[in-house]
Amino acid sequence: MSRRLPTAGPQGARPHAIPRNGSDLCVLTTRLADDALILGQRLSEWCSNAPFLEEELALANTALDCLGRARFLYARAGMLEGKGRDEDDFAFARGPEAFANLLICELPRGDFAFTLVRQFLFDSFDVLYLRALADSTDDALAGIAAKALKEADYHLRRSQSWMLRFGQGTEESHRRAQLAISALAPYTGEMFEMDVLEARLLTDGIAPDRAALKTPWQIRLSETLSEAHLSWPESCGNISGGRAGRHTRHLEALLDEMQAVTREMPGLSW
Amino acid sequence: MSANQPSGQQMPRHHMPLFEVFVRSKRGLDHTHVGSVHAEDAEQALEYARDVYTRRSEGISVWVVRSSDIVASQESDQHCFFDPNDDKPYRHAAFYQLPDEVDNM
Repeated sequence: MSRRLPTAGPQGARPHAIPRNGSDLCVLTTRLADDALILGQRLSEWCSNAPFLEEELALANTALDCLGRARFLYARAGMLEGKGRDEDDFAFARGPEAFANLLICELPRGDFAFTLVRQFLFDSFDVLYLRALADSTDDALAGIAAKALKEADYHLRRSQSWMLRFGQGTEESHRRAQLAISALAPYTGEMFEMDVLEARLLTDGIAPDRAALKTPWQIRLSETLSEAHLSWPESCGNISGGRAGRHTRHLEALLDEMQAVTREMPGLSW
Repeated sequence: MSANQPSGQQMPRHHMPLFEVFVRSKRGLDHTHVGSVHAEDAEQALEYARDVYTRRSEGISVWVVRSSDIVASQESDQHCFFDPNDDKPYRHAAFYQLPDEVDNM
Protein backbone atom coordinates (compact mmCIF):
# COMPACT_ATOMS: atom_id res chain seq x y z
CA MET A 1 0.00 0.00 0.00
CA SER A 2 1.37 3.40 -0.90
CA ARG A 3 1.73 5.91 1.86
CA ARG A 4 -0.88 8.63 2.38
CA LEU A 5 -2.93 8.01 -0.67
CA PRO A 6 -6.01 10.11 -1.22
CA THR A 7 -9.16 8.72 0.37
CA ALA A 8 -10.41 5.50 -1.05
CA GLY A 9 -13.07 6.96 -3.30
CA PRO A 10 -16.79 7.45 -3.38
CA GLN A 11 -17.85 4.39 -1.44
CA GLY A 12 -15.06 4.71 1.09
CA ALA A 13 -15.62 8.39 1.63
CA ARG A 14 -19.39 8.53 1.65
CA PRO A 15 -20.58 9.48 5.14
CA HIS A 16 -23.01 6.65 5.79
CA ALA A 17 -24.96 6.82 9.01
CA ILE A 18 -23.45 4.84 11.85
CA PRO A 19 -25.86 2.13 12.98
CA ARG A 20 -26.52 1.38 16.63
CA ASN A 21 -24.33 -1.72 16.53
CA GLY A 22 -21.47 0.37 15.17
CA SER A 23 -18.73 -1.25 17.21
CA ASP A 24 -19.66 -4.78 16.09
CA LEU A 25 -19.85 -3.52 12.54
CA CYS A 26 -16.46 -1.88 12.89
CA VAL A 27 -14.96 -5.22 13.96
CA LEU A 28 -16.54 -7.09 11.06
CA THR A 29 -15.44 -4.43 8.58
CA THR A 30 -11.89 -4.60 9.92
CA ARG A 31 -11.87 -8.41 9.67
CA LEU A 32 -12.89 -8.26 6.03
CA ALA A 33 -10.34 -5.54 5.35
CA ASP A 34 -7.60 -7.60 7.00
CA ASP A 35 -8.47 -10.64 4.88
CA ALA A 36 -8.20 -8.55 1.73
CA LEU A 37 -5.02 -6.71 2.71
CA ILE A 38 -3.07 -9.76 3.83
CA LEU A 39 -4.09 -11.91 0.87
CA GLY A 40 -3.32 -9.00 -1.44
CA GLN A 41 0.11 -8.62 0.12
CA ARG A 42 0.84 -12.32 -0.42
CA LEU A 43 -0.24 -12.05 -4.04
CA SER A 44 1.85 -8.95 -4.60
CA GLU A 45 4.95 -10.94 -3.63
CA TRP A 46 4.77 -12.45 -7.11
CA CYS A 47 5.65 -9.07 -8.64
CA SER A 48 8.93 -9.67 -10.49
CA ASN A 49 8.79 -13.36 -9.45
CA ALA A 50 5.95 -14.74 -11.56
CA PRO A 51 6.64 -17.50 -14.09
CA PHE A 52 5.92 -15.29 -17.09
CA LEU A 53 4.75 -11.77 -17.89
CA GLU A 54 1.08 -12.44 -18.58
CA GLU A 55 0.63 -14.32 -15.33
CA GLU A 56 2.57 -11.69 -13.43
CA LEU A 57 0.16 -8.97 -14.54
CA ALA A 58 -2.83 -11.19 -13.83
CA LEU A 59 -1.60 -11.85 -10.28
CA ALA A 60 -0.77 -8.19 -9.74
CA ASN A 61 -4.26 -7.22 -10.91
CA THR A 62 -5.77 -9.59 -8.38
CA ALA A 63 -3.49 -8.22 -5.65
CA LEU A 64 -4.56 -4.67 -6.51
CA ASP A 65 -8.22 -5.66 -6.38
CA CYS A 66 -7.64 -7.00 -2.87
CA LEU A 67 -5.77 -3.88 -1.86
CA GLY A 68 -8.50 -1.63 -3.22
CA ARG A 69 -11.12 -3.58 -1.33
CA ALA A 70 -9.07 -3.31 1.86
CA ARG A 71 -8.84 0.46 1.47
CA PHE A 72 -12.60 0.92 1.14
CA LEU A 73 -13.17 -1.28 4.17
CA TYR A 74 -10.50 0.34 6.36
CA ALA A 75 -11.80 3.78 5.50
CA ARG A 76 -15.27 2.66 6.57
CA ALA A 77 -13.94 0.98 9.72
CA GLY A 78 -12.11 4.18 10.68
CA MET A 79 -15.31 6.14 10.23
CA LEU A 80 -17.29 3.68 12.35
CA GLU A 81 -14.64 3.72 15.05
CA GLY A 82 -14.61 7.51 15.15
CA LYS A 83 -11.11 7.85 16.59
CA GLY A 84 -9.59 9.45 13.57
CA ARG A 85 -7.70 6.40 12.34
CA ASP A 86 -7.31 6.25 8.57
CA GLU A 87 -6.63 3.31 6.29
CA ASP A 88 -2.87 3.64 6.66
CA ASP A 89 -3.15 3.52 10.45
CA PHE A 90 -4.99 0.23 10.17
CA ALA A 91 -2.55 -1.24 7.67
CA PHE A 92 0.77 0.00 9.00
CA ALA A 93 0.39 0.81 12.68
CA ARG A 94 -0.90 -2.47 14.08
CA GLY A 95 0.97 -5.55 15.22
CA PRO A 96 0.06 -9.15 14.34
CA GLU A 97 -2.12 -9.63 17.43
CA ALA A 98 -4.36 -6.77 16.26
CA PHE A 99 -4.90 -8.29 12.83
CA ALA A 100 -8.01 -10.43 12.53
CA ASN A 101 -7.51 -11.97 9.09
CA LEU A 102 -8.26 -15.60 8.30
CA LEU A 103 -5.13 -17.71 8.67
CA ILE A 104 -5.46 -19.02 5.11
CA CYS A 105 -4.71 -15.51 3.84
CA GLU A 106 -1.39 -15.17 5.65
CA LEU A 107 0.27 -18.48 4.74
CA PRO A 108 3.42 -17.91 2.66
CA ARG A 109 2.81 -17.81 -1.05
CA GLY A 110 4.60 -21.12 -1.59
CA ASP A 111 4.99 -22.28 -5.16
CA PHE A 112 2.72 -21.19 -7.99
CA ALA A 113 0.33 -24.09 -7.40
CA PHE A 114 0.01 -23.21 -3.71
CA THR A 115 -0.80 -19.59 -4.54
CA LEU A 116 -3.49 -20.50 -7.05
CA VAL A 117 -4.99 -23.35 -5.02
CA ARG A 118 -5.26 -21.01 -2.04
CA GLN A 119 -6.81 -18.44 -4.34
CA PHE A 120 -9.38 -20.94 -5.59
CA LEU A 121 -10.31 -22.06 -2.07
CA PHE A 122 -10.69 -18.45 -1.00
CA ASP A 123 -12.33 -17.12 -4.21
CA SER A 124 -14.98 -19.82 -4.22
CA PHE A 125 -15.89 -18.82 -0.67
CA ASP A 126 -15.48 -15.12 -1.41
CA VAL A 127 -18.04 -14.93 -4.22
CA LEU A 128 -20.63 -16.65 -2.02
CA TYR A 129 -19.89 -14.36 0.90
CA LEU A 130 -19.90 -11.17 -1.16
CA ARG A 131 -23.12 -12.11 -2.90
CA ALA A 132 -24.75 -12.42 0.51
CA LEU A 133 -23.03 -9.31 1.85
CA ALA A 134 -24.31 -7.27 -1.09
CA ASP A 135 -27.76 -7.72 0.48
CA SER A 136 -26.57 -6.39 3.83
CA THR A 137 -28.79 -3.86 5.57
CA ASP A 138 -25.64 -1.77 6.00
CA ASP A 139 -25.50 0.29 2.81
CA ALA A 140 -21.79 0.97 2.96
CA LEU A 141 -20.88 -2.69 3.32
CA ALA A 142 -23.43 -3.71 0.69
CA GLY A 143 -21.94 -1.19 -1.74
CA ILE A 144 -18.39 -2.36 -1.20
CA ALA A 145 -19.51 -5.99 -1.58
CA ALA A 146 -21.33 -5.33 -4.85
CA LYS A 147 -18.22 -3.74 -6.31
CA ALA A 148 -15.89 -6.43 -4.98
CA LEU A 149 -18.13 -9.20 -6.27
CA LYS A 150 -17.44 -8.29 -9.89
CA GLU A 151 -13.73 -8.56 -9.20
CA ALA A 152 -14.11 -11.79 -7.23
CA ASP A 153 -16.08 -13.41 -10.06
CA TYR A 154 -13.08 -12.85 -12.31
CA HIS A 155 -10.60 -14.05 -9.66
CA LEU A 156 -12.59 -17.27 -9.35
CA ARG A 157 -12.79 -17.72 -13.10
CA ARG A 158 -9.00 -17.61 -13.21
CA SER A 159 -8.22 -19.68 -10.13
CA GLN A 160 -10.76 -22.33 -11.04
CA SER A 161 -9.32 -22.68 -14.52
CA TRP A 162 -5.86 -23.05 -12.97
CA MET A 163 -7.18 -25.88 -10.77
CA LEU A 164 -8.17 -27.72 -13.93
CA ARG A 165 -4.87 -26.95 -15.63
CA PHE A 166 -2.88 -28.21 -12.66
CA GLY A 167 -5.00 -31.30 -12.24
CA GLN A 168 -5.20 -32.23 -15.90
CA GLY A 169 -1.74 -30.92 -16.80
CA THR A 170 1.46 -32.78 -16.09
CA GLU A 171 2.29 -35.27 -13.38
CA GLU A 172 4.32 -32.52 -11.69
CA SER A 173 1.54 -29.92 -11.80
CA HIS A 174 -0.92 -32.49 -10.44
CA ARG A 175 1.48 -33.44 -7.65
CA ARG A 176 2.07 -29.84 -6.62
CA ALA A 177 -1.63 -28.95 -6.66
CA GLN A 178 -2.41 -32.01 -4.58
CA LEU A 179 0.29 -31.06 -2.05
CA ALA A 180 -1.15 -27.56 -1.82
CA ILE A 181 -4.68 -28.87 -1.28
CA SER A 182 -3.51 -31.09 1.56
CA ALA A 183 -1.58 -28.24 3.17
CA LEU A 184 -4.45 -25.76 2.85
CA ALA A 185 -7.42 -27.95 3.71
CA PRO A 186 -7.12 -27.49 7.50
CA TYR A 187 -7.34 -23.71 7.08
CA THR A 188 -10.57 -23.66 5.08
CA GLY A 189 -12.92 -24.34 8.01
CA GLU A 190 -12.18 -20.94 9.51
CA MET A 191 -13.89 -19.21 6.57
CA PHE A 192 -17.21 -20.64 7.75
CA GLU A 193 -16.88 -20.04 11.49
CA MET A 194 -19.42 -17.76 13.12
CA ASP A 195 -18.77 -16.16 16.48
CA VAL A 196 -21.14 -14.27 18.77
CA LEU A 197 -20.27 -10.94 17.19
CA GLU A 198 -21.09 -12.00 13.65
CA ALA A 199 -24.15 -13.84 14.97
CA ARG A 200 -25.46 -10.55 16.41
CA LEU A 201 -24.83 -8.82 13.09
CA LEU A 202 -26.55 -11.68 11.28
CA THR A 203 -29.66 -11.11 13.40
CA ASP A 204 -29.67 -7.48 12.28
CA GLY A 205 -29.34 -8.47 8.63
CA ILE A 206 -25.89 -6.91 8.40
CA ALA A 207 -23.60 -9.94 8.22
CA PRO A 208 -24.07 -13.08 6.11
CA ASP A 209 -24.29 -16.49 7.75
CA ARG A 210 -20.89 -18.01 7.02
CA ALA A 211 -21.96 -21.45 8.18
CA ALA A 212 -24.73 -21.50 5.57
CA LEU A 213 -22.18 -20.99 2.79
CA LYS A 214 -20.28 -24.17 3.53
CA THR A 215 -22.54 -26.53 1.60
CA PRO A 216 -22.62 -24.51 -1.65
CA TRP A 217 -18.86 -24.05 -1.29
CA GLN A 218 -18.32 -27.77 -0.88
CA ILE A 219 -20.45 -28.53 -3.92
CA ARG A 220 -18.36 -26.33 -6.19
CA LEU A 221 -15.19 -27.62 -4.57
CA SER A 222 -16.00 -31.26 -5.15
CA GLU A 223 -17.15 -30.60 -8.72
CA THR A 224 -13.92 -28.78 -9.48
CA LEU A 225 -11.72 -31.35 -7.78
CA SER A 226 -13.39 -34.21 -9.57
CA GLU A 227 -13.05 -32.50 -12.95
CA ALA A 228 -9.39 -31.83 -12.17
CA HIS A 229 -8.79 -35.38 -10.90
CA LEU A 230 -7.66 -33.95 -7.58
CA SER A 231 -8.81 -35.05 -4.15
CA TRP A 232 -9.63 -33.56 -0.77
CA PRO A 233 -7.94 -35.17 2.25
CA GLU A 234 -10.07 -37.70 4.16
CA SER A 235 -9.57 -35.93 7.45
CA CYS A 236 -7.73 -32.66 7.70
CA GLY A 237 -8.54 -31.15 11.08
CA ASN A 238 -9.31 -27.50 11.54
CA ILE A 239 -6.81 -24.74 12.30
CA SER A 240 -8.21 -21.35 13.23
CA GLY A 241 -7.61 -18.39 15.51
CA GLY A 242 -7.02 -15.53 13.11
CA ARG A 243 -10.18 -13.69 14.11
CA ALA A 244 -8.95 -13.65 17.70
CA GLY A 245 -5.50 -12.43 16.73
CA ARG A 246 -3.85 -15.85 17.16
CA HIS A 247 -1.75 -16.10 14.05
CA THR A 248 0.86 -18.31 12.49
CA ARG A 249 4.43 -17.06 12.75
CA HIS A 250 4.18 -16.11 9.08
CA LEU A 251 2.04 -13.02 9.68
CA GLU A 252 4.73 -11.34 11.74
CA ALA A 253 7.24 -11.76 8.92
CA LEU A 254 4.74 -10.43 6.41
CA LEU A 255 4.07 -7.34 8.53
CA ASP A 256 7.79 -6.78 9.13
CA GLU A 257 8.21 -6.38 5.42
CA MET A 258 4.95 -4.57 4.68
CA GLN A 259 5.39 -2.09 7.52
CA ALA A 260 9.15 -1.61 7.23
CA VAL A 261 9.01 1.85 5.69
CA THR A 262 6.44 3.19 8.15
CA ARG A 263 8.40 1.86 11.12
CA GLU A 264 11.58 3.43 9.79
CA MET A 265 9.99 6.77 9.00
CA PRO A 266 6.62 7.25 10.72
CA GLY A 267 4.30 9.66 8.96
CA LEU A 268 6.34 9.61 5.79
CA SER A 269 4.48 10.61 2.66
CA TRP A 270 5.44 10.53 -0.99
CA MET B 1 4.83 -27.77 4.07
CA SER B 2 5.29 -26.95 0.43
CA ALA B 3 4.19 -23.42 1.26
CA ASN B 4 7.59 -22.65 2.68
CA GLN B 5 9.57 -22.95 -0.51
CA PRO B 6 9.01 -20.12 -2.91
CA SER B 7 9.75 -21.49 -6.33
CA GLY B 8 8.06 -21.92 -9.67
CA GLN B 9 10.35 -19.36 -11.24
CA GLN B 10 11.25 -21.16 -14.43
CA MET B 11 8.09 -22.47 -15.97
CA PRO B 12 8.98 -23.66 -19.45
CA ARG B 13 6.99 -21.73 -22.00
CA HIS B 14 8.33 -23.12 -25.24
CA HIS B 15 5.03 -24.90 -25.80
CA MET B 16 2.86 -21.84 -25.24
CA PRO B 17 1.51 -20.50 -28.51
CA LEU B 18 1.30 -16.82 -29.31
CA PHE B 19 -2.04 -15.03 -29.69
CA GLU B 20 -2.69 -11.63 -31.24
CA VAL B 21 -4.94 -9.35 -29.23
CA PHE B 22 -7.57 -6.98 -30.62
CA VAL B 23 -9.43 -4.55 -28.38
CA ARG B 24 -12.52 -2.49 -29.11
CA SER B 25 -12.33 0.65 -27.04
CA LYS B 26 -16.00 1.52 -27.30
CA ARG B 27 -19.20 0.53 -28.98
CA GLY B 28 -19.30 1.48 -32.63
CA LEU B 29 -15.52 1.46 -33.08
CA ASP B 30 -13.53 -1.34 -34.66
CA HIS B 31 -11.37 -3.82 -32.82
CA THR B 32 -7.78 -2.64 -33.06
CA HIS B 33 -4.65 -4.73 -32.81
CA VAL B 34 -2.91 -3.87 -29.54
CA GLY B 35 -0.28 -6.58 -29.11
CA SER B 36 0.08 -10.24 -28.26
CA VAL B 37 0.14 -12.70 -25.37
CA HIS B 38 1.46 -16.20 -24.82
CA ALA B 39 -1.11 -18.67 -23.49
CA GLU B 40 -1.88 -22.37 -23.36
CA ASP B 41 -5.15 -22.01 -25.24
CA ALA B 42 -7.62 -19.47 -26.55
CA GLU B 43 -9.60 -19.22 -23.32
CA GLN B 44 -6.51 -18.44 -21.28
CA ALA B 45 -5.30 -16.05 -23.98
CA LEU B 46 -8.55 -14.12 -23.63
CA GLU B 47 -8.03 -13.77 -19.88
CA TYR B 48 -4.40 -12.72 -20.26
CA ALA B 49 -5.42 -10.24 -22.95
CA ARG B 50 -7.91 -8.79 -20.49
CA ASP B 51 -5.29 -8.62 -17.76
CA VAL B 52 -2.50 -7.20 -19.91
CA TYR B 53 -4.31 -4.86 -22.29
CA THR B 54 -7.52 -3.62 -20.64
CA ARG B 55 -6.47 -2.89 -17.07
CA ARG B 56 -6.88 0.85 -17.52
CA SER B 57 -10.36 0.60 -19.03
CA GLU B 58 -9.04 0.48 -22.59
CA GLY B 59 -11.76 -1.80 -23.85
CA ILE B 60 -15.24 -3.22 -23.79
CA SER B 61 -14.56 -6.18 -26.07
CA VAL B 62 -11.51 -8.35 -26.73
CA TRP B 63 -10.67 -10.73 -29.55
CA VAL B 64 -7.75 -13.11 -29.54
CA VAL B 65 -6.56 -15.14 -32.48
CA ARG B 66 -3.70 -17.57 -32.79
CA SER B 67 -0.84 -15.71 -34.47
CA SER B 68 -0.18 -18.78 -36.61
CA ASP B 69 -3.71 -18.50 -38.01
CA ILE B 70 -3.01 -15.08 -39.47
CA VAL B 71 -1.96 -15.11 -43.10
CA ALA B 72 0.19 -12.07 -43.74
CA SER B 73 1.59 -10.45 -46.84
CA GLN B 74 5.35 -10.60 -47.11
CA GLU B 75 7.95 -7.95 -47.80
CA SER B 76 8.59 -9.74 -51.10
CA ASP B 77 4.94 -9.20 -52.08
CA GLN B 78 5.38 -5.44 -51.85
CA HIS B 79 6.20 -4.72 -55.51
CA CYS B 80 3.25 -6.60 -56.97
CA PHE B 81 0.74 -6.09 -54.12
CA PHE B 82 0.99 -2.40 -53.41
CA ASP B 83 3.30 -0.50 -55.75
CA PRO B 84 0.96 -0.71 -58.78
CA ASN B 85 -1.67 1.30 -56.88
CA ASP B 86 0.54 4.31 -56.42
CA ASP B 87 -0.12 5.66 -59.94
CA LYS B 88 -3.89 5.25 -60.07
CA PRO B 89 -5.22 8.54 -58.71
CA TYR B 90 -8.63 7.90 -60.35
CA ARG B 91 -9.28 5.39 -57.56
CA HIS B 92 -9.52 8.30 -55.11
CA ALA B 93 -12.72 10.30 -54.86
CA ALA B 94 -10.72 13.52 -54.85
CA PHE B 95 -9.71 12.83 -58.46
CA TYR B 96 -13.18 13.71 -59.68
CA GLN B 97 -14.61 17.18 -60.09
CA LEU B 98 -17.95 17.49 -58.34
CA PRO B 99 -20.88 18.93 -60.34
CA ASP B 100 -22.01 22.28 -58.91
CA GLU B 101 -25.37 20.81 -57.92
CA VAL B 102 -23.64 18.61 -55.37
CA ASP B 103 -23.06 20.75 -52.30
CA ASN B 104 -21.61 18.25 -49.97
CA MET B 105 -20.15 14.85 -50.33
